[in-house]
Amino acid sequence: MTTLEAPATDAATNNLAALESEAIHIFREVAGEFDRPVILFSGGKDSTLLLHLAIKAFWPAPVPFPLLHVDTGHNFDEVIAFRDHVVEKYGLRLIVASVQDWIDDGRLTERPDGTRNPLQTQPLLDTITEHKFDAVFGGGRRDEERARAKERIFSLRNAFGQWDPRRQRPELWNLYNGRHRPGEHVRVFPLSNWTEADVWNYIAQEKVELPSIYYAHQRKVYRRDGMWLTEGPWGGPRDGEEVQELSVRYRTVGDGSCTGAVESTATTVEEVIAEVMASRLTERGATRADDRLSEAAMEDRKREGYF
Amino acid sequence: MSSLLRLATAGSVDDGKSTLVGRLLYDTKSVLADQLDAVTRASVDRGLSTPDLSLLVDGLRSEREQGITIDVAYRYFATPKRSFVLADTPGHVQYTRNTVTGASTAQLAVLLVDARKGVIEQTRRHAAVLALLGVPRLVLAVNKIDLVDYDEETFRVIAKEFTDHATSLGYEPGSVLSIPVSALVGDNVVDRSERTPWYDGPTLLQHLEDVPVAPDPHDAPFRFPVQYVIRPRTPEYPDYRGYAGQVAAGTVRPGDEVVVLPAGLRTTVESIDTADGSLEEAAAGRSITLVLADDLDISRGDVIATAAQAPVATDEIDATLAWLSEKPLKPGARVLVKHGARTVQAFVEELSSRFDEQKLSSVDNPETLQLNEIGRARVRTAEPLPVDDYAVSRRNGAFLVIDPADGTTLAAGLVGAPLPVLRNERDVVSPGP
Repeated sequence: MTTLEAPATDAATNNLAALESEAIHIFREVAGEFDRPVILFSGGKDSTLLLHLAIKAFWPAPVPFPLLHVDTGHNFDEVIAFRDHVVEKYGLRLIVASVQDWIDDGRLTERPDGTRNPLQTQPLLDTITEHKFDAVFGGGRRDEERARAKERIFSLRNAFGQWDPRRQRPELWNLYNGRHRPGEHVRVFPLSNWTEADVWNYIAQEKVELPSIYYAHQRKVYRRDGMWLTEGPWGGPRDGEEVQELSVRYRTVGDGSCTGAVESTATTVEEVIAEVMASRLTERGATRADDRLSEAAMEDRKREGYF
Repeated sequence: MSSLLRLATAGSVDDGKSTLVGRLLYDTKSVLADQLDAVTRASVDRGLSTPDLSLLVDGLRSEREQGITIDVAYRYFATPKRSFVLADTPGHVQYTRNTVTGASTAQLAVLLVDARKGVIEQTRRHAAVLALLGVPRLVLAVNKIDLVDYDEETFRVIAKEFTDHATSLGYEPGSVLSIPVSALVGDNVVDRSERTPWYDGPTLLQHLEDVPVAPDPHDAPFRFPVQYVIRPRTPEYPDYRGYAGQVAAGTVRPGDEVVVLPAGLRTTVESIDTADGSLEEAAAGRSITLVLADDLDISRGDVIATAAQAPVATDEIDATLAWLSEKPLKPGARVLVKHGARTVQAFVEELSSRFDEQKLSSVDNPETLQLNEIGRARVRTAEPLPVDDYAVSRRNGAFLVIDPADGTTLAAGLVGAPLPVLRNERDVVSPGP
């Protein structure tokens, strides 16, 4: 049985209300202090949540930032369709930086293993420079990974986009320091203090629309490195990899070549929450593949250049 | 409905803080199986028979190699009653810088001591910094109680000494709690220990779950820094003009009389808007948009406050500074001050005293303020700022000091002297110059 959070009321007594107010505060601070902010938007659940909060922060005015998608070309069709649907629905401006363009003109070379996650960083940085973006919103959360637990909400990056954990500014109260020199920019993480459970509870509470692949569906998949992969523009099963049709869903959405599905029958947000809570409560008894999978998928997202 | 508690931890080297935090995460089942497997493998590699829970929280490669914690890290765990955001602050390197950062948002702080050593100098200094930053509640975790054979008398002596110290820093006895724990074994962290039958208080987690969340008092005067002016100019909202911000203190209702500072213009609140509809009331911490009855010239950085109890805008702030930069402060320094949503030019007119952390005393007219030092200064700002005393409002009494050259955060600024020790400690402790 799953109980959903009551609608957001008082920030002092409601966890989700407090997190929402904090994220809205961060969006407004950036709008007030930066000249050219942009929201990284892939159509995945964290960036969809980010956009949902941005819309709430500036209501009834439109979101005063464009969206940027670094497109690996290895996307799930459902996610691209969802991305375009959201852009259309809210009248947003979307900038797409296609990894394929960088490969075609020789600035990047395809990797032997075919994965394009590591190739995203250069298109991202080139686009930041070209458009003179000075603040870049990402959906990163501190609960995802041990090193991320030490990153600030306003994370200063040098001209190479690099994060130096030992030279971070102290972050005090709710006073964010966004000052930077020409060529530097600030990565901003409004979801820093959210956990995976918070994200799903909030998605349920706000009825946030997500790409269909986050819910259980029938899909032809094959097993590789402990993950359920699916055939796509990135390739398909090798010899000896048997294709099966299973009921699966995705916990994260990234480059299709290395984003695995998990076996699931959760077709509603409530059922997904129940699965998320159960997997948190699971210690050693959990199916190892599931956990290894989620860890790998998170690592992917981190490598995507979104961090 | 679960609430949110923001807490900070502080302790000296080897008090077992990482182990305690690891224990909280582990016992609240906030650790996934694969993370735990990694820790177990690493522990076996090091020849340990049980998982070293501190490995769960030391994130940077150099931290794991050296077995120390370098930077403030944020941890998340939850029970059905409450969600927790934990700022884990290291105890040895740059402890003031890290403790100030963690404490600035904390509603409660957990201090650790080793039961074999009791309250040491660093415990006192940590408590002083936590008191300075206005952390409303303290918990002393008397750790490694197993190593003193669960001795009641040892615990009582430490608890009394700490409570006395906290009281001298301005804490009410009811807001300080000492708990005998063993983070390694798990006594009284999440589960009640049978080996401390003489202790009848709550376990650490029970206390964290049940302690009242005390934001700024509900009846504090309303303060609202304007972050952004919302003007849609769309066919649907051609003339809408709303002032977006987060309530810094107090509460607001439609019809309230307010004053806009620093200009001093008066008007009333027409509505409190959010994307989910208008509100009857909004309290501290809530992000809202205010629509006012009159068409005034208001922009980012202005503060909307209750007309009945408005702060006085001043361009000369008597402040306490916690210096966080390797570049020392000298009187006359030109800086930027960020208060609420306004950043103004400023200079430090005078450095009147420095808090001597070693002696817990104060030194008059120091020449500089160095990294991790705390002192009192008079700051002159280019424009008047509507500040409150930090002791009255943690939000509207706080500011950042920023280096205009490279944008570095130089200091945490607190309006007034929130800590008694900074006012008269010399008379209490110091052996004199």
